[in-house]
Amino acid sequence: MTDANKKFLVGVYDDDDVALAAVTKVKNAGVKIYEVYSPFAIHGMDTAIGHPRTRIGIAAFCFGVTGFLCALTLTTWTMGVDWPMVIGGKDPISLPNYVPAMFELTVLFTAFGMTIAFFITNGLGPSVKPLLFDSRCTDNKFVMAIDLSKIKCQKLEITTLIKASGAEEVSIKQI
Amino acid sequence: MHVTSPVRNPLVTGGKTYADVTEDICRQVEGKPSKEWKAAFLLSFIVLLYGTCCVLWTWWEGLGVWGLNKTVGWAWDITNFVWWVGIGHAGTLISAILLLFRQKWRTSINRAAEAMTIFAVICAASFIVMHMGRPWLAYWALPLPNTFGSLWVNFNSPLVWDVFAISTYFSVSCLFWYVGLVPDLATIRDRAQNKISKYIYGTLAMGWNGSARTWARYEYISLILAGLSTPLVLSVHTIVSMDFATSVIPGWHTTIFPPYFVAGAIFSGFAMVQNLMLVTRVVYKLEDYITVEHIEMMNKIITLTGSIVGVAYLTEFFIAWYSGVEFESYAFINRATGPYWWAYWAMMTCNVISPQLFWSKSIRQSVKWTFFISVIVNIGMWFERFVIIVTSLHRDYIPSSWAMFSPTMFDIGDYIFSFGLFFTCFFLFSKYLPVINMAEVKGVIKSTSEKLPKKVSGVSKADRLASPVYKKDVE
Repeated sequence: MTDANKKFLVGVYDDDDVALAAVTKVKNAGVKIYEVYSPFAIHGMDTAIGHPRTRIGIAAFCFGVTGFLCALTLTTWTMGVDWPMVIGGKDPISLPNYVPAMFELTVLFTAFGMTIAFFITNGLGPSVKPLLFDSRCTDNKFVMAIDLSKIKCQKLEITTLIKASGAEEVSIKQI
Repeated sequence: MHVTSPVRNPLVTGGKTYADVTEDICRQVEGKPSKEWKAAFLLSFIVLLYGTCCVLWTWWEGLGVWGLNKTVGWAWDITNFVWWVGIGHAGTLISAILLLFRQKWRTSINRAAEAMTIFAVICAASFIVMHMGRPWLAYWALPLPNTFGSLWVNFNSPLVWDVFAISTYFSVSCLFWYVGLVPDLATIRDRAQNKISKYIYGTLAMGWNGSARTWARYEYISLILAGLSTPLVLSVHTIVSMDFATSVIPGWHTTIFPPYFVAGAIFSGFAMVQNLMLVTRVVYKLEDYITVEHIEMMNKIITLTGSIVGVAYLTEFFIAWYSGVEFESYAFINRATGPYWWAYWAMMTCNVISPQLFWSKSIRQSVKWTFFISVIVNIGMWFERFVIIVTSLHRDYIPSSWAMFSPTMFDIGDYIFSFGLFFTCFFLFSKYLPVINMAEVKGVIKSTSEKLPKKVSGVSKADRLASPVYKKDVE
């Protein structure tokens, strides 16, 4: 993460429904939410915060097409061009027979390409230090972080707002 | 918004909170290994060592140590291969197909079932490598340009399709499993008390922090992976069945094989999941997560797939007669009444009759019965592959080459090897990784029933202060 030395207001919620409702409340009050951290996926949370829809599906499709074209090239070139062979009286290039290999390679490329893209876009990697505002967010708490440098109104005002939205703890953390 | 159904029972019983889920599942990973675990692990490791000796001797001496002869050229090796691959299918069915069908009960069993898949596929692959006889040349099955000329592998051959299918299936299953593990590894990382486990789980968790952005993408790729794995898993056993079906051997040359093999695979796979989970839930005290309801659901799938298999057996038999081909009819009559009649009827009893007992609700809900029938089903499914392979081969076109197959100690030893390998892997998994997907279980804990208490989150303040994990935060 590049947001070094920033002050964040951190609200800790103990229920997913409360956290989801709080996001809408805080957003309606005109406060921009940096991110919400939760121990499991909460449906609708990303749209409630206002994150754009993920485009990883497009990446997956591109990897799939790449895999398919590679497989098509591999099978037809090896069987039909480089060393043409007639097997079982069929044409050297008999596409229906290559469907299994082409299918498997398409799946392989899509799955690996997409998952690697997933790790890269999320900034995840073996030596990455996690940005944790509260370590309980991987256990049973729902943590809302607000970047104070991007907020115009008073700290006290937001603290009251966050508390009113159902947070059980509110604190300021420097990351 | 949570949608709840008034008729369904809760998937997780015992009024568990989110913190309870973490606590219950992490306990095994964080605690010292129990005596039972050590004993079980040691036993499977000894079995693995014995099996390894047998496998090494098989490689050293050659395939002549097996009971194969020039008529029966495939026997236990391919039987074991198909059996293990079939077992692997249940894991993908649970994690991918049930995800697409939005079956929330999968969340308590998908992690262990996927682990089972991976280990079963490793066992299956070991038989493929073994039956090559010269395993150091296994790479010849890959489409590599070689130094012997520019001859390539034959993409028209189902054996080459198998290479692609099994390796893709294995690697995509590992990927799916690992992606699902990341959030839980982060949970363990954040609870870890000592530096070593914090480092190991921290590295494996890849810096996961559960942000809404990450979760949204996670859900998205899980769905795509499920969408990919579904046709993948069906393709794998379809291709395995084509190893037989594209040949011209009577008894193998049938178009019914792909669906019949896939149903059989799911059938035996679920039986193995039952065997593993029934023990795991008792040993790890996970009865609130893997409830009788879960067991019943799996039993229903066993009954369904068992019935499909039964219909397939009968169809095969009918078509063999109806085709009017003398050799086809003979292959089937010989199976049922020839010298291998006992294998055929063992298969029929175990696979067709025994799962029908699950029509009775009390049997379906009984843990003991479920365990017993699951073992029977697995035995039956092994016999199915043995019947298909050996009885179709042993009486050739020329009566002078008719033969019987009898296993040697290396056939048996190599089979034992796969059990040692499977259970060693499974025990390591069950100790060092969370056996239940915590993140997914937390996600469904509220949304499955309105019979649940309204508030499932949070712990009482006293609990929080008492727990060592929270002490840090309070300080």
